[in-house]
Amino acid sequence: MASTIPDEMLGPAPTSGSHGPSVFADVVQAPEDPILGVTVAYNKDPSPVKVNLGVGAYRTEEGKPLVLNVVRRAEQMLVNDGSRVKEYLPITGLADFNKLSAKLIFGVDSPAIQEKRVTTVQCLSGTGSLRVGAEFLARHYHQRTIYIPLPTWGNHPKVFALAGLFVKTYRYYDPATRGLNFQGLLEDLSAAPSGAIVLLHACAHNPTGVDPTFEQWEQIRQLMRSKTLLPFFDSAYQGFASGNLDADAQSVRLFVEDGGELLAAQSYAKNMGLYGERVGALSIVCKTADVATKVESQLKLVIRPMYSSPPIHGASIVATILKDREMYHEWTIELKAMADRIISMRHQLFEALRAKGTPGDWTHIIKQIGMFTFTGLNTEQVAFMTKEYHIYMTSDGRISMAGLSSKTIPHLADAIHEAITCVN
Amino acid sequence: MASRAGIVRWIFSRNRSAVAGARGMSTSWWRGVEPAAKDPILGVTEAFLADPSPSKVNVGVGAYRDDDGKPVVLECVREAERRVAGNLNMEYLPMGGSIRMIEETLKLAYGENSELIKDKRIAAVQALSGTGACRLFADFQKRFLPDSQIYIPVPTWANHHNIWRDAHVPQRTFHYYHPESRGLDFAGLMDDVKNAPNGSFFLLHACAHNPTGVDPSEEQWREISYQFKVKDHFAFFDMAYQGFASGDPERDAKAIRIFLEDGHLIGCAQSYAKNMGLYGQRVGCLSVLCEDEMQAVAVKSQLQQIARPMYSNPPVHGALIVSIILSDPDLKNLWLKEVKGMADRIIGMRTALRENLETLGSSLSWEHITNQIGMFCYSGMTPEQVDRLRNEFHIYMTRNGRISMAGVTTGNVGYLANAIHEVTKSS
Repeated sequence: MASTIPDEMLGPAPTSGSHGPSVFADVVQAPEDPILGVTVAYNKDPSPVKVNLGVGAYRTEEGKPLVLNVVRRAEQMLVNDGSRVKEYLPITGLADFNKLSAKLIFGVDSPAIQEKRVTTVQCLSGTGSLRVGAEFLARHYHQRTIYIPLPTWGNHPKVFALAGLFVKTYRYYDPATRGLNFQGLLEDLSAAPSGAIVLLHACAHNPTGVDPTFEQWEQIRQLMRSKTLLPFFDSAYQGFASGNLDADAQSVRLFVEDGGELLAAQSYAKNMGLYGERVGALSIVCKTADVATKVESQLKLVIRPMYSSPPIHGASIVATILKDREMYHEWTIELKAMADRIISMRHQLFEALRAKGTPGDWTHIIKQIGMFTFTGLNTEQVAFMTKEYHIYMTSDGRISMAGLSSKTIPHLADAIHEAITCVN
Repeated sequence: MASRAGIVRWIFSRNRSAVAGARGMSTSWWRGVEPAAKDPILGVTEAFLADPSPSKVNVGVGAYRDDDGKPVVLECVREAERRVAGNLNMEYLPMGGSIRMIEETLKLAYGENSELIKDKRIAAVQALSGTGACRLFADFQKRFLPDSQIYIPVPTWANHHNIWRDAHVPQRTFHYYHPESRGLDFAGLMDDVKNAPNGSFFLLHACAHNPTGVDPSEEQWREISYQFKVKDHFAFFDMAYQGFASGDPERDAKAIRIFLEDGHLIGCAQSYAKNMGLYGQRVGCLSVLCEDEMQAVAVKSQLQQIARPMYSNPPVHGALIVSIILSDPDLKNLWLKEVKGMADRIIGMRTALRENLETLGSSLSWEHITNQIGMFCYSGMTPEQVDRLRNEFHIYMTRNGRISMAGVTTGNVGYLANAIHEVTKSS
C-alpha cells in the first residue's frame, strides 16, 4: 500500500540510531477496513457534490449526524446528578441495563425471562456481543462451526474466526431476484452438521436489506430445531427496520417461544444513535435457570481478560430511557421518524430511477428493509460512480439509505443511470 | 451455589413445534458448563457488600476513596463532562480511537516535548483501559511474534496471567518480590533477566507495582535497562498509576524515560482508571515505539485489525473527558492538583497505619508500609490471617495480604491497625 509520506522524510529520524532494530520491523501495513475505509476516502475528496453512502450511520435530511433528543435529555440528567460516581461496573455490566435490554428484545412478558433462563451481559455494541458470545461457544459448545449468510456484514467472519470458530456460509441472497434465496437457505441449513451454530440477522439484513417473511422464519425455525442447529441472532436494527420495536423482534421471539436455546447480540448504535458509546448486550437463553447462572459465570471469564468490565456511560443512557415510560415513548417516536425518513428515501430513489427510465427492475429498492439497499451494481459500476460522481459506497454495491437526502437523490439517480447504461 | 447439573426438564410452550428431533428438546447444550471460580479481586467487594456489619472495612479493590470512604469524581472530570453533555455527537471514533486523546496521553508517558512524538515513531491506539491495552498488545505479540513468550513478575495483578493466557502467549515468571524484606528481590530479578534467552519479552510495572507497592529505585531501573540492552530484551510497561504513586506524573514516568534514553523500543499500556478516576469509562492507550514513522503507521494499522473484530472502535465518552482536561491548561492544572491530593492522602494513611501499629507495640517491622508506594501495601500477612480479619473483624482484602490503602481513612485506620495487630501478634 502506497505510503503518503514523502520519500525525503523516510530517512532515520533524529532520535534513532541508539537502538537496535524493532522486533516488529517486519509488520506490514494492514489494508483499510473495507467499510470504514470508505469514509476515509470520502473525507479526502474535495468535491462539493460528494455523497457518503458507506458506513451505516444515520444522517438527517441535512446530512448531519443525529443525537436523539431523548438521549440528550438522558445525558443531561446523568451529568446533573451529583450523586453519580464512575466506579467500575461489574464484569457483566449495568444490571438495570441488562434486564431492560432482555425485555426489549424478548418481550416484557417473555416466559424465558420470567423463568430466569436468560443471562444477559453488557458488551461493546454488536461487535463486542458477537465476540464474547463466540468466544463462549468456542470454549464450551461441542460444535465449533458457525454458518453465516452469504453475503453478510464484512466484520462477521473475522469476529468468529478470531474467537476460534470455523466459518462456513449458507446461501441467502439471490442476485437474480435481488431477494431471498429461500430454497438455497433451506438446503444449506439441512446439510449442516447437527448442532452447528447459525448466524441469523434478526431484521434488516446487512448488507442486502432482504429479510425472510414471518412464514419463512417459522420454516427456518422448524428446520433448525429438527437439526438441533443453534441460533445466534445479530440484532443491530431493532426498531429501525419497520419502525416498530416488537415487530422487528418477531424472528427472535419465535425461537424463544418454542422453549429452545439461543444467543442474541443486541446493539444500540443505530436505534438509539449511540454509535461511539459502544452499547450492546449479549443474551443467552438457556433451558434452566441453573444453567443460565453457570453460563454467566463463564461469560465473565471471557470478558475479564479482554477489557475487565464494560463502559458505563452509554449503558446508563439506555437504562435511563428504557426505565422511564415517558422517555421510552419519546424514543419510539424519534426511532419511527428515522425509520420513516429512510423508507421515504427508498421511495424517492425508486421514483427518480423510474422517471429517468433507467433500465432494469428497481423494485428491490422499496422491497428491501432497513438502512441498506443492495443495489446490484457491480464493482466496476461502483468505481465509476465514485470516480465520476463522487459517490462513496462499499464495492459490493451496498448503499446506506441513511446517507441520502431529497437534495442528493437526483445526483445518485444520475450516477446509477449512467453506470447502468455505460458501464458493464 | 449447589449444582443441579443433570436435571432434565421439559419446557412446554403453547407454540411448541411438533418437531422435536431425535436428540429431544429436553436438555441444555450447556449442562456440562462448570460454574467458574469467582474473580479473586472483584469477589472481595461482592462479599463486603453482602456483609451487614456496621464496622466493616473494604481494603480490597483498588479504587480510590476519600477520607470518608466515599468514591470520588474529580472536579476536573465533572467540568469536562458538563462541557460534553448534550453538545457533541456520538459518532463512531476511528478504530484506533480519539487522536486528540492519544496525543495528550503519549505526552504523559513519553514527555511533553518528546522528539519521539514529533518524529511520529509511536504507534498508538486508544484501548479499553489498562486491561484492554495489555490484551491488544498480547494479541499483537501472538500474531506477529508467535514464538515469543512473556515474562511476568511474581507476584503481579492476577488478571495479567489471564490476559496473556487468553492471547495464547506462553508465560514465564521472574523474581520480583522479596518476602523476607518485603521489598525488591533485585538480585533474583537481575539473574532472571540475564538467564532469559536473548530477545525475551518482559512485563514491567512502570510505577506503584500492583500488588506489592515495591518499585525499583532509579539506580536499579538504570541497571535493569542496561541489562535489557545487553540481552536485547523487549520491555512492555504497564503504567496504571502515573501520578498516583508519588503525586507527580513526571516522576512516576521515570522508569519509562530511563528506558527511552537508553534507546529501548518499548511498549506501554496506560490507564486513566485511577489517576483520573475514570474507572467505569474504560479509557486507556496502548503504544508501541517503532524505528520510524512508516513502521509506526504499519504497526498501528495492525493493532486496529485486532480491535476491529473485538469491539470495532473504542468508547467515545471517556476519551472526550480526557482530551478536554488535558488540552485545557486550567483543567490540566486542576487535574494535577487533584491527583497530588489523592496521592498525598494515601501517603498520609501509610504513615498513620504504620505509626498506629508501632504504637500498639507490635514486635514486627512495619517499615514496608511506608517504603512501598502507590495504592497497595503488601502487608506480608498470610491467607489464614486475612481470613481471620474478615471473619472476626469484617475487614476485606485479597488473600495475598494486599491492602488497598485507598480504602484506609482517618476513621478506620485505628480499627484496622488494631485488627492487624491482633491477628499477627503471635507470629
